[in-house]
Amino acid sequence: MSGTAQPVLDVRDVHRTHGAGPAAVRALRGVSLTVAPGELVAVMGPSGSGKSTLLALAGGLDSPTAGEVRVDGECLGVLDRRRLARVRRRRIGYIFQELNLLGSLTAAENVALPLELDGVGVRTARRQALAALAEVELDGLGDRFPDQLSGGQQQRVAIARALVGERRLVLADEPTGALDSRTGEAVLHLLRRRVDAGAAGVLVTHEARHAGWADRVIFLRDGVLVDSTAPLGSVEQLLSGSPR
Amino acid sequence: MSPSRLRAAYQVCILRAMSIRHGLLALLERGHMYGYQLRAAFEESTGSTWPLNIGQVYTTLARLERDGLVRPLPESEGGQRPYEITDAGRADLALWFATPISRTDRPRDELAIKLALALTTPGVDVRSVVQAQRTATMRTLQELTRLKFASDRPEDLPWRLVLDAMVFQSEAEIRWLDHCETSLVRYRPTPGRPAAGPPVDEAVDRTDQEARR
Repeated sequence: MSGTAQPVLDVRDVHRTHGAGPAAVRALRGVSLTVAPGELVAVMGPSGSGKSTLLALAGGLDSPTAGEVRVDGECLGVLDRRRLARVRRRRIGYIFQELNLLGSLTAAENVALPLELDGVGVRTARRQALAALAEVELDGLGDRFPDQLSGGQQQRVAIARALVGERRLVLADEPTGALDSRTGEAVLHLLRRRVDAGAAGVLVTHEARHAGWADRVIFLRDGVLVDSTAPLGSVEQLLSGSPR
Repeated sequence: MSPSRLRAAYQVCILRAMSIRHGLLALLERGHMYGYQLRAAFEESTGSTWPLNIGQVYTTLARLERDGLVRPLPESEGGQRPYEITDAGRADLALWFATPISRTDRPRDELAIKLALALTTPGVDVRSVVQAQRTATMRTLQELTRLKFASDRPEDLPWRLVLDAMVFQSEAEIRWLDHCETSLVRYRPTPGRPAAGPPVDEAVDRTDQEARR
């Protein structure tokens, strides 16, 4: 929750335009955002305001038309495809509404997959995958296939996959979309815990109640950042009424 | 909302649901207690965030006794006078639990009135008013969520439920603000109509008069 440490994510004056000429759509227009270790930032705004575009740029899944994105100080725009893919695998975890679990792999194999793709040995990858599954309270379910798990459990596997290893940046796009409110809250609880342990998090959501879990909430409208809440104080400060 | 105002809002939220009077009655339903015990139990049941003045306890007890809802018992050896709830007190408590809180008991919705006036007042950027309110309410929601996240002991349940109530109220307000913004995008004032409408009370009076005709 510190705003003084070097940011894990540093988005500087990014623009993203889709198409060209009169039909061009300016999805983002000069948005800047930094997220420090231990900080969770929620992005809110109406449909089409640029929330998901911002997340895609932050995660190196898309490139800005202008401006730059840095993850752990490394500018994504100058990396070749291979190095960019490595940054995405090692440093960034993605949680989407679509879980994208592979049905032919067990829960543990799904979680271990990004590690193995990164050259980690099978045993080490499995050990880390089981630890990540334990972190999301799925101990003992690592050998089940996705269709043997409930919707909430599948979402937890997807989260474990996003958190496995030493990911420093966790990006979540409407991660509770298909879940009931109780399971959805558990997902946010997990995200919060991971961020409190030192990761940086960005959460895109329509739901104000979910954005409430963030340290800071930014509002986008028509591709422009229009407002932001001030960082929160500690629980003790909130209860004692002392100044922030 | 500042933390102290948050705390005040929490107190208001409890007050809305539970007056001190009914709070003390509910505690005495557990068994007889004297003033200091009541104060400690009251504070415990509100998550220690609503400190109660001992004077308030005794004043309330005196009124409850006057109304026949509690009765004093003989003083203990330590000089403390316990109170017990009467049958009339139990009936009053049961009635209070059984009666829903009326919407009309709550204060006027200042925000709704403010936005309605902003819409009809020349020179006011209503979208900015909406956004400023949304940011402020979102901030409150963040504070409430943080307090809730920090209150995970089983005995925190009453406090968590109060926080949940305020979380849902804040969420509803933000949804309403989103709805206002969507409506504003389509809003086109009727040509020729004065920008500022009549005061709300006059408008209501006129509607009433027309309805009576």
